[in-house]
Amino acid sequence: MTVTELPTDIIPHSSFRAEVEEKSGQKISACFQCEKCTNGCPVTFAMDIAPHRLIRSVHLGLKEEVLKSDTIWVCASCEACTTRCPNGIDIAHIMDTLRQMSQRQGFPASRKNVPLLHRAFLTSVKRRGRVNETGLAVSYTLKSAGLGGLLKQGMNQGLGMLRRGKLRLLPDRVRAGDQISDIFKNTEKKG
Amino acid sequence: MKVSYYPGCSLDGTAREFGESVEGMARMLGVELAELPDWNCCGSSSAHATSEALAFDLAARNLGIAERAGLDLLVPCALCFSRLKTAQKTIAAGRTSGGISTLTSSKVQVKDSVDFLWHDVGEKAIRQKVKKSLKGLNPVCYYGCLTTRPPHITDAPMPEDPHGMDLLLESLGANVKNWSYKTECCGGSLTLSLPEVAHKLIQKLLDMAQEAGADCIVAACPMCHSNLDTWQREISRETGKNYYIPIFYFTELMGLSFEHPDTRKWLRRHSTDPLPFLRQKGLL
Ligand code: SF4
Ligand code: SF4
Repeated sequence: MTVTELPTDIIPHSSFRAEVEEKSGQKISACFQCEKCTNGCPVTFAMDIAPHRLIRSVHLGLKEEVLKSDTIWVCASCEACTTRCPNGIDIAHIMDTLRQMSQRQGFPASRKNVPLLHRAFLTSVKRRGRVNETGLAVSYTLKSAGLGGLLKQGMNQGLGMLRRGKLRLLPDRVRAGDQISDIFKNTEKKG
Repeated sequence: MKVSYYPGCSLDGTAREFGESVEGMARMLGVELAELPDWNCCGSSSAHATSEALAFDLAARNLGIAERAGLDLLVPCALCFSRLKTAQKTIAAGRTSGGISTLTSSKVQVKDSVDFLWHDVGEKAIRQKVKKSLKGLNPVCYYGCLTTRPPHITDAPMPEDPHGMDLLLESLGANVKNWSYKTECCGGSLTLSLPEVAHKLIQKLLDMAQEAGADCIVAACPMCHSNLDTWQREISRETGKNYYIPIFYFTELMGLSFEHPDTRKWLRRHSTDPLPFLRQKGLL
């Protein structure tokens, strides 16, 4: 019989739970690990830490494990967990808080295309106040798959959409563009 | 009846047929849609994944414009609906997320398109417009995630089993099938960034619709529609199965039943061509 050794590389950050609770406004310690969130989650098959375990990990202060996880980027924000939690914990909102913290604290995203898309999207909003879906798809595909990927995607999807009158080259621009830049300027630091 | 109208970026772009069919149905039912002047993007998933304050301020700017107009606000896109409702609830809780918006109250009623057409415009007005019964059509109604969930944001009375779209389509004569996947996620926010994950969720919905005996799926959200409609060929290639399930906006089926002259034009924009299907059903 072998004795299982306790892992030695876990560095708990006792302040982590308090930080997440404060930023999300959610009481993580109310979780009693009933697993209802996980059982209703449609994307657990692609997660490395199931939602109820992620909540537990936050409780235990396992900051690195949580902020480097696939889970926070795979979560589809579908709100099933939040709707069903018997303790009223807004788990989907905690996922948002964790995504925000991981970006702000410089943790490399395990699924880098997800934040890449968010950045491309917000750049588009910042520029015109509205999203230009055509431009967004082009700039995101260039960043994530390079020129080759863009040409392939364009052939597969873009031309068909163009033919069916789905693509507009430029959307209207918000006239009060300065209000939009103010919003971006003033919220960038705050988080 | 007059309401404020927030189309959002998709209804202005890739989901033009949804925007045009919503506007077409409103006109036929005597509703005047007053587009919010100079509205901006609601921020979608990207703002709330990035910054609390940014997500709030982008939505709150639109709420401020709607407050000044003083009318109920129709928001057909589920994502925009969710963002605007979330901002309202944030204000109601006395928080403003540290952004620059100074909005301290928001009383306009924010409504999704099913809720508005079925409850506000009403069954009677809808039934009166039916020219062609959709008898023979066996759809399942797909509500997606965000018009009903979470109920503390959406105020949906039955977040796990919404009914409005089912009842509306039955009033047009359709033989609506019941299924347990009405609000199951389609992975809309992951389509571009994690397509392999999204395709699994889409395939599940297509399979479950067929298992329920449906021959088409009806949606009320541009993300859900485009996700289910656009990738059927790729998913067929990936899985070796052959998927052909037309995906409709409920407003397009209303157009078909009311005999709105632009209906074909809307339907021609879909990736999974619904025209052969409708011809076979004797509806075109
Ligand atoms: S549903 Fe709520 S209480 Fe249950 S495990 Fe998930 S977070 Fe904890
Ligand atoms: S919001 Fe995220 S974690 Fe919650 S059920 Fe949906 S995908 Fe899973």
